[in-house]
Amino acid sequence: MSAQSLGLRVIPAAVFGRRARSVLERNLFVYKHIWIILFSGFFEPLFYLFAARVGLGQLVGDVRNGSGERIDYAAFVAPALLAASAMNGAVYESTMNIFFKLRYAKVYDGMLATPLGPFDIALGEIGWSLIRGALYAVGFIVVMWVAGLLQSPLAVLGLPAALLIGFAFAGAGMAATSFMRSWQDFDLVNLAILVLFLFSATFYPLSVYPPWLQLVAQLSPLYHGVVLIRSFTLGTLELTLLWHALFLAAMGSVGLAVSAFRLRKLLTP
Amino acid sequence: MKSTHRAAEPVDEAGPGPQNESNDRALVEARGLTKRFGEFVAVDAINFSIRRGEAFGFLGPNGAGKTSTMRMIAAVSPVTEGRLEVFGTDPATHGAEIRARLGVVPQSDTLDTELTVFENVYIYGRYFGLPGEVLRPRISELLEFVQLAERGDSKVEPLSGGMKRRLTIARALVNEPDLLVLDEPTTGLDPQARHALWDRLYRLKQRGVTLIITTHYMDEAEQLCDRLVVMDQAKIVAEGSPTDLIARYSTREVVELRFPVGVQERIGDRLDGLATRSEVLPDRVLLYTDDGDRTTAEITRRELAPESTVVRRSTLEDVFLRLTGRTLVD
Ligand SMILES: Nc1ncnc2c1ncn2[C@@H]1O[C@H](COP(=O)(O)OP(=O)(O)O)[C@@H](O)[C@H]1O
Ligand SMILES: [Mg+2]
Repeated sequence: MSAQSLGLRVIPAAVFGRRARSVLERNLFVYKHIWIILFSGFFEPLFYLFAARVGLGQLVGDVRNGSGERIDYAAFVAPALLAASAMNGAVYESTMNIFFKLRYAKVYDGMLATPLGPFDIALGEIGWSLIRGALYAVGFIVVMWVAGLLQSPLAVLGLPAALLIGFAFAGAGMAATSFMRSWQDFDLVNLAILVLFLFSATFYPLSVYPPWLQLVAQLSPLYHGVVLIRSFTLGTLELTLLWHALFLAAMGSVGLAVSAFRLRKLLTP
Repeated sequence: MKSTHRAAEPVDEAGPGPQNESNDRALVEARGLTKRFGEFVAVDAINFSIRRGEAFGFLGPNGAGKTSTMRMIAAVSPVTEGRLEVFGTDPATHGAEIRARLGVVPQSDTLDTELTVFENVYIYGRYFGLPGEVLRPRISELLEFVQLAERGDSKVEPLSGGMKRRLTIARALVNEPDLLVLDEPTTGLDPQARHALWDRLYRLKQRGVTLIITTHYMDEAEQLCDRLVVMDQAKIVAEGSPTDLIARYSTREVVELRFPVGVQERIGDRLDGLATRSEVLPDRVLLYTDDGDRTTAEITRRELAPESTVVRRSTLEDVFLRLTGRTLVD
């Protein structure tokens, strides 16, 4: 065994990264043909923002943040919508699309005949999903900026936060998809996404809930994402943000590991 | 990616180089190779060894265990028991390195339907870590070779079965593999497409590419394979070159008789002594003989009055029938 091969065994991460990149590249090629589809996920939160601004905002007025300051309702909701769009982008990509590639198109069977392994594929696919989420996030941040909803330069941290949200949901989405048997199962995904979207401190602060429900909401990954991004766009940094980031990172990592394990089990019997 | 990057992956270079692979050593070596799915035994302790440059066949009916064996060789399915070496290494520990040097044409196409013909080969090459500037000229050559040069921008869907198969072959060659594994390359193709494909495979063989081919068509095995094993019910029942096997297990010629409905059942012992051996199938009788003309003359003399009489050369089908009592394709 040469020294080089020994080195590669010691730092497999470099190899994984390089191989996973080709999976990303494959998806780029696919979207070259159908790039228009990418826009769908961008407009949804934009419409919500519009509704929050001109509709709800008029009725609701301002809300109070954690430290009791009054903030414009649209400025309160917009970061949550940003978090939700990162979630949506990642989930679109990591559920239906991956199900199609796994069960029908046999894309991964083709990949597994090459040096790529299940982990490379999971990493590449999750990477692509979170990129799709991040694309929406960037677009949305620009819209927020134009609409004057960014109250702090810290808002640029919204992008890495959106990446983290994308990672968490792409990992979970791909892992869940590996257990799905039919297209009907995706109704459950849609339901879960809707519940998260509505109840994760998106449209009102968690403080309106009774204490026990506040605890339940802590289980929502989107809640952690919303808190992160809202702190950045409103410019209220706290040490507890680390906990929220950690939660999302852990969720993505578990999703990645489960996805790789399931691909191996399903495709290399 | 740098243009100096010759091989598919750095792992590839790190893998077993030619130094631990002298010419007399087998490219693939299996001893007691076994594959089980739960309790079910799909491959039962088989032995074989494949040399560099040869075309090696696995002939057997559906369910014999051919695909299971191919998938173990291609390092996508773990070996349950026994020893398997590909390029002198163990697929369990060196899977990625082995796959980097392998071309695979799986039993059912795994072409990427979301990509064009050109992109299919290009992206596949990228999975091997090959840089674009190496791939582009190589893909032109490959599409030329499989007669798809004009279809580069076409989607995969509208291609015919034979074209898809040829595209899969082009894709499998993109990493310039030392070994090409083809699992039933022509199943489901019309005769013309089959011959076109055989012609391509024959050229590859002439270029020195080692081929492993599974098939349940005896003519395919006879045409393409230097050496083959006959597989049945998870086991290897015979091994040798096509001519070897025919000489060993069959006679030079076969007389096929078809009788009018109901007659075959009443023929009784009237066939005795006509041939070295006879085989009574539901729809016909096969007489194994070294002299077909003499046998037909004797049939006429005995006034057996078959509906049709055909004298033909022995084939691998006859070998299979002899070894297993069953026909290859039912
Ligand atoms: N993943 C699997 N799980 C369970 N049984 C399998 C699996 N793959 C193949 N088999 C069984 O193993 C046997 C051999 O299959 P295969 O290797 O595909 O044969 P062949 O390619 O010669 O037709 C068949 O009976 C098949 O049903
Ligand atoms: Mg098969």
